[in-house]
Amino acid sequence: MNDNIISVRNLHKKFGNLEVLKGVNIDVNRGDVVVVIGPSGCGKSTFLRCLNLLETPTCGEIVLEGEYVFKKGEKGEKADKQTEHEIAKNINLHRQKIGMVFQQFNLFPHLTILKNITLAPVQLKKMSEQEATEKALALLKKVGLEDKANAYPPTLSGGQKQRIAIVRALAMEPDVMLFDEPTSALDPEMVGEVLKVMTELAEDKMTMIVVTHEMGFAKEVGTRIIFMDDGVIKEENSPKEFFKNPKDSRLKEFLSKIL
Amino acid sequence: MFNDIIRILSDAELVGYIVEGLLHSIAVTFVAALLGLVLGFTVAIVKIAPNNKWLKPLKIFCDLYTTVFRGTPVALQLFIMVFAVFAIPGFKPYAAILTFGINSGAYVSESIRAGITSVDKGQMEAGRALGLTWMQTMVRIILPQAIKNIIPAIGNEMIALLKETSIIGWVGSTPGSLTFDLNAAAGTIYRTIPNYLASGIIVGLCYLAVVYIMVFVIKYIEKRLRRNER
Ligand SMILES: Nc1ncnc2c1ncn2[C@@H]1O[C@H](COP(=O)(O)OP(=O)(O)O)[C@@H](O)[C@H]1O
Ligand SMILES: [Mg+2]
Repeated sequence: MNDNIISVRNLHKKFGNLEVLKGVNIDVNRGDVVVVIGPSGCGKSTFLRCLNLLETPTCGEIVLEGEYVFKKGEKGEKADKQTEHEIAKNINLHRQKIGMVFQQFNLFPHLTILKNITLAPVQLKKMSEQEATEKALALLKKVGLEDKANAYPPTLSGGQKQRIAIVRALAMEPDVMLFDEPTSALDPEMVGEVLKVMTELAEDKMTMIVVTHEMGFAKEVGTRIIFMDDGVIKEENSPKEFFKNPKDSRLKEFLSKIL
Repeated sequence: MFNDIIRILSDAELVGYIVEGLLHSIAVTFVAALLGLVLGFTVAIVKIAPNNKWLKPLKIFCDLYTTVFRGTPVALQLFIMVFAVFAIPGFKPYAAILTFGINSGAYVSESIRAGITSVDKGQMEAGRALGLTWMQTMVRIILPQAIKNIIPAIGNEMIALLKETSIIGWVGSTPGSLTFDLNAAAGTIYRTIPNYLASGIIVGLCYLAVVYIMVFVIKYIEKRLRRNER
């Protein structure tokens, strides 16, 4: 039994001529809360989106729980036929194991909160309608929004929407959760309620990769902090060391600006 | 003029032409509209689907289709279809209906495509991130949101189609044939009562009445959709 959940090797991503990721390597273990920080435009979102293949990497390897999610050589060499086939067949299954929370929530405005949450597990035959509903209500209760089950997303505040978005991802019972600046679109007074849900999730030993500018969360909840800059991981350390003894000069500069 | 209108309306044979023309106009429009909707919907989905090597040729074909059928006059398409592509005895009305349907499909596909692309990109991403397939996300999440934007545009297209079918008689029409539509009826009546204004007003009012009903139906559908929203 391996504790490794995600393993990324030499991940590259180009948009046309713009090389955004220039060889990212990382191993994420079960229960890790990896916090990714870095200047705007350095490729944090692109990195997260490559992990569940919302963006197709240019080359590199992504392994999820021992199975290839993506594999392509530097010169475009593909994996062997068998691996290729497995990857193509399993892409939607892989995505089911990876929950994602977006900066802009992306709730489905035409569906009730309950339907937002149960749609995927029911459609993908992971649960019966009744099981999914029970699960959704339990999760809603956990984030304090059980009274909103029959409301529609446009009637909710930003903080409520983001908590629902987290619940929607959790309803698929993912093995790892990706958060892309989950509090950046929120009014300041709502940041806390979302961070609280994320903190509880971490306490429940959910594996998480979190892109955020909330340094308090990084320090207190993060198990590892990563500094991304210029398309690569420049520094990685435990929260304590990361903030006390930054080594990379760009990181020192970055920290001096935000702290 | 008023007298001529009365004369037309009190002549059972002439009224028969109008009724027949009206029914044919409606029938031709209805079948062409169905064809256009199915075709337009399919083409829109093909164009919008993510690239893969099987879809590529189909996408190119669809682009060619909308370019050609939106880029040339429908009358020209009608003549080519009736007298060249489907120059089969007895097939004339069907070739005509086919032309209107295919022509309409080109416009409908663009309306549907525009409606789909107007839905926030994040919706598809959220669906895919949950593990839903592209098609599942399209059907359960994107289309229900797009339909609100699509219906008015398609409604316009259907109304335009009704009037467009008025050229069906240009390929030749006699009473009893499907190509004998409202416009053709006006022409035939002219031979008995040579006052085009009189027959024109009657036929025009018939078109107006049908359009009025269509507008009513479209409004009703829009209202239903809005009610389901909340
Ligand atoms: N779909 C895209 N097409 C072209 N360029 C993109 C696309 N997505 C992101 N980029 C570019 O990639 C770079 C990194 O973007 P992103 O990963 O969003 O950065 P971050 O999340 O760290 O702010 C930016 O320069 C951005 O403009
Ligand atoms: Mg970003």
